Amino acid sequence: MSFLVLDQLTRRFGDHAAVDALSLAVERGEFVSLLGPSGCGKTTTLQMIAGFVVPTSGAIRLENHDLHSVHPSQRGLGIVFQSYALFPHLTVAENVAFGLQMRKIARAECQLRVTETLKLVGLDGFAERYPRRMSGGQQQRVALARALVIRPSILLLDEPLSNLDAKLREEMQIELRQIQRASGTTTILVTHDQAEAMALSDRIVVMNKGRVEQIAAPHEAYENPATPFVANFLGKTNLLEADGLGDTVRIGGSRWTIKQPLTGRLRATIRPERIKFAEPNPNNIGGIVKTRIFQGNHWLYQIETTAGLLTVIHPNSGAAPFRETDTVHLTWGASDMALRVEAAGSHAQ
Amino acid sequence: MTAADQETSKIIGYALVAPATLLFVAIVLIPLAMTAVLSFNEWGQYSGIQSVITLKNWQEVITDGYYLEVFARTLRIALLVTLITAILGAPEAYILHRMSAPWKGIFLLVILGPLLISVVARTLGWALLFGGNSGVVNKALMNLGVIATPIPFMFTELGVIVALSHVLVPFMVLSVWASLQRLDPQIENAAVSLGAKQPTVLARIVLPQILPGLLSGAIIVFALAASAFASPAIIGGRRLKVAATLAYDEFLNTLNWPLGAVVAVLLLVGLMAIIVGTNRLVERRYAEVFR
Repeated sequence: MSFLVLDQLTRRFGDHAAVDALSLAVERGEFVSLLGPSGCGKTTTLQMIAGFVVPTSGAIRLENHDLHSVHPSQRGLGIVFQSYALFPHLTVAENVAFGLQMRKIARAECQLRVTETLKLVGLDGFAERYPRRMSGGQQQRVALARALVIRPSILLLDEPLSNLDAKLREEMQIELRQIQRASGTTTILVTHDQAEAMALSDRIVVMNKGRVEQIAAPHEAYENPATPFVANFLGKTNLLEADGLGDTVRIGGSRWTIKQPLTGRLRATIRPERIKFAEPNPNNIGGIVKTRIFQGNHWLYQIETTAGLLTVIHPNSGAAPFRETDTVHLTWGASDMALRVEAAGSHAQ
Repeated sequence: MTAADQETSKIIGYALVAPATLLFVAIVLIPLAMTAVLSFNEWGQYSGIQSVITLKNWQEVITDGYYLEVFARTLRIALLVTLITAILGAPEAYILHRMSAPWKGIFLLVILGPLLISVVARTLGWALLFGGNSGVVNKALMNLGVIATPIPFMFTELGVIVALSHVLVPFMVLSVWASLQRLDPQIENAAVSLGAKQPTVLARIVLPQILPGLLSGAIIVFALAASAFASPAIIGGRRLKVAATLAYDEFLNTLNWPLGAVVAVLLLVGLMAIIVGTNRLVERRYAEVFR
């Protein structure tokens, strides 16, 4: 039995299903991200686990124990809110100690645990500060310490890094992962940032319009997206029409040999970094560079080809790059693309 | 910017504030100064006001127990009204804050509505409700079995306090509501998730954060209650005097303007001292909440 089980969890607001029959099993110590665009139901799901939103139907079970009738204050979950929701009239130490005081923990132990947790999040020496006198990143750490100090069974993170600037966000991602590993706390992160979800989690749950699109390890979902939505949401991708001819597949004028025979109309997904520039060759796809953007460690090309407009990422190797209007030839291996039979009106594989 | 430029912009600045400053001086400072000067003038039953400087009026007000009683009553009424409006207004504002979309607007209007009606009209309404031993309020309370004999409301401090509390409670609600608007909407959930029950959330998280609103509301209500004229005049009548009605009577009935001026100046100075003092104390104590 898994640690936390969401069973056919549904929440309706009027006719609109914010979360529709979501099922998920989370193991102890696992880091799971709920990923999706705004309005996909990820925050509602988190609020249902926290107990602030009552599910319309379905069940939430923690260690095989139904949480339905457990008041939010008794669930023992640690939550980091998007706005941090720190108590501005209390010092950092008092903020962190609040949850321990509610648990009637003796003053001496309380003090010890507050100091210990502040050290864990790198805030020793800030105990007597007031939150409004701290930077966004520091406030974020206070919120994390306040949630961790109660030794929660699950840590819920609601877009915790979205208010930080890009550089600080990356630093906090690394730190968050280290802290989570060190404390071993089962964690559920809600985010709309695919890079953040992939960087932090053991598994990601990609959601769209209240439904789960795919549950997989980040690498797996990136390489083998279950639906075009997942493919698009997890970074840049090329979606091409292809024809299955049994042992071979044809895109534009080129052919690839495939292991599992496919026939009919197919949809091919190729990540931009898998496409290589090649010598002119009848089996390579020819095209003209339309735009070229320098992005530091790589060049981003848009290339007009016979198979359609392709996005190509080429590492910045120091060599002279192609220019706009240059004629180029592209190639990729059969294993670099994910192929799916295109069923009418559905995204099913 | 050169020194000359700075000088010019300074002059332009003064020129721009000049009209408002002149208006303020003409309609506030000059009458106030004249009232203060008036309080030191001599007054006689037959001779009227004489422009000689004397401390006689001040001596009379400070030494005569009658005036002390009036000021004590004013302070007592103002403090009780402030307390009652805080006890009623703060929860009212919190409930309003927690209401959802259509009702919030409707009830905000219900709370603000009375402010659109003249204080005199509202107080006369209370006079009708109180109206002697068989008034509506007394009848209702007796029929409900709350009291056995009628409570005298008219011409008593109790009546004045009830009427003033009703008149002034919207100011408290608005002030507290404004500070509730600044509360992080997730902060109560944060406290709950850490194991706090609702009463603890209110006492330890919400209340400390709305204290600034509660205190500025208290200052507004206290100042308005201490200087209120219409409600004490109608409910309290001519005998149960407060500072404002006392000053009015000295000016317009006894025609002893200098004595009235002393009462007015004392009321103003007393109010200012209390308000500034409280404000200082509170701002120092709750510096973090005010940021």
